[in-house]
Amino acid sequence: MTHRHERTLAAVGLARVEGEGALRVRVSGDRVEDVRLDIYEPPRFFEAFLRGRSYREPPDITSRICGICPVAYQTSAFLAIEAACGVQVDGPIADLRRLLYCGEWVASHALHIYLLHAPDFLGYPGAIEMARDHRPIVERGLRLRRAGNAIMETIGGRAVHPVNVQVGGFYSAPSRSDLSGLTGVLRAAMDDALETVSWVAGFEFPELTLDHEMLALSQPGSYPIERGTVATSGGRAFAAAEFEDHVLEEQVAHSTALHARLSGHAGTYLTGPLARYTLNARWLPPAAAAAAAAAGLGETCRNPFRSIIVRAVEVVCALEEAIRIIEAYEPPAAASVPVPPRAGTGHGVSEAPRGVLYQRYDFDPAGTIVGARIVPPTSQNQAAIEHDLRSFIQPRLDLSDDELTRQCEQVIRNYDPCISCATHFLTLRIER
Amino acid sequence: MTEPGRTVVIGVGNDFRGDDGAGPAVLARLAGVVPAGVHLVASDGEPANLLMAWDGASLAIVVDAVQAGPAPPGTLHRAVIAAPDALPGSAAVPEDASITGSHQLGVGSAIGLAQVLGRLPARLIVHGIQGGDFTLGASLSQPVADAIDDLVAAVIADLAG
Repeated sequence: MTHRHERTLAAVGLARVEGEGALRVRVSGDRVEDVRLDIYEPPRFFEAFLRGRSYREPPDITSRICGICPVAYQTSAFLAIEAACGVQVDGPIADLRRLLYCGEWVASHALHIYLLHAPDFLGYPGAIEMARDHRPIVERGLRLRRAGNAIMETIGGRAVHPVNVQVGGFYSAPSRSDLSGLTGVLRAAMDDALETVSWVAGFEFPELTLDHEMLALSQPGSYPIERGTVATSGGRAFAAAEFEDHVLEEQVAHSTALHARLSGHAGTYLTGPLARYTLNARWLPPAAAAAAAAAGLGETCRNPFRSIIVRAVEVVCALEEAIRIIEAYEPPAAASVPVPPRAGTGHGVSEAPRGVLYQRYDFDPAGTIVGARIVPPTSQNQAAIEHDLRSFIQPRLDLSDDELTRQCEQVIRNYDPCISCATHFLTLRIER
Repeated sequence: MTEPGRTVVIGVGNDFRGDDGAGPAVLARLAGVVPAGVHLVASDGEPANLLMAWDGASLAIVVDAVQAGPAPPGTLHRAVIAAPDALPGSAAVPEDASITGSHQLGVGSAIGLAQVLGRLPARLIVHGIQGGDFTLGASLSQPVADAIDDLVAAVIADLAG
């Protein structure tokens, strides 16, 4: 390869990242000058769209932001609204909410592991090519996704934009027999999930250790999914209501998106599976903990390539939790609790498959939304992804352009950037 | 999972995203109009979900907004994809970029994956409508809104066989 300066490669469409955005890498001589991930953020639109609407509308409206994680958007929304209205929902309704969210974790992680991420490790350009050689494996992934969807359809009414969710609970609660009908599917899915952990644990992982501060929810006694307070590896611990005191979003020159950073912290931070695992591994339920140990995951995981193992372990965790909830389920007396409007502000956080999703709503006395804030995981991770790409590219500048491009795509896919959460049309340009 | 004679119409898209709402708009128009037994399914176009939606169908019709070359907004595209085992010797996927839809991980990927896995429905018809404006919060652009009648009619004609 000849030595080049300021050379621009043809733009390469970044398929298999769910979403659309652009990555630009500028190299001068033998030094990476700049890495820019341009993302376009639907939440900004939705924040404006929500103002003036009723406090009962955000769960339905925000579920349209992301086709892959509608439950995450619904959950952070109703948690924020209920907090503003002074209502806490517990008991069977809260259990159903966790169960629904488990369905989304299984479906989303199965999609990412099998159709998006695994082809990178096995040397295929995509899932279609991988399926030609590994049909039973891809079928296993589709079965897992189907199992996740089955939970979402049973609890949420449907898998895409679940329609049974409302502020205060659900429009209708499933019967015991509705849920026990899922048990067979979920037990079979557990076998698939355990095989998935073994399968991905056998991949070869490039060496890359990150020192980002990790940020995840904490739900002492259980692995955090549908609620919790916020904790970081640096020792912070705060409630959802304090999120905007700790997580600052700033405009940066190159992007329409805001960059998130922790207050008083110079470095980057990361949310998502690696952070969840690193901060909460001790709360994994038994089968998931055993699978993690067998897969060689230690007490923490800081290699983003190994996030595929963490996702696989989290699929086991979600199925284990789902089965536990179903077996203990007694239908609530009412499918929802009353949530009368009042003036005030509420904050909600939950663990979307891609990381912590925060929402805040401000209401007038009639419950009309006068302010809204949505901070999705992918935009929180944007600075960390850029930082990691810079570290990753620097020692690999002797690679051919095509190979470097391919490897950068893999690095980005490690973070499972979300389709509508944060990115809009991703192309990759390397300028040398 | 095979249900002989099962027919499904799948509307792909997001009705909060301008012309991407064409699929949901067609589904809304078909509700109550299609013959009993025809399943109407809303989809985000994600391939695994599409494979599930058309699993075992004898006829699946997918409606999606597309961005296919320089065609003006509202232009209708139609592609028929036959499962190779249903019609031996047929070319399963036409070389028609218009069927790839407006979703990067969408109908085109789903068809490719279904082919490899032997999960194409016996007969799959993809209706694409050229979109012009995919802005969040926008409604259908006028040319696309004007073409919905013809698109609904085309789907109904396909259902009638």
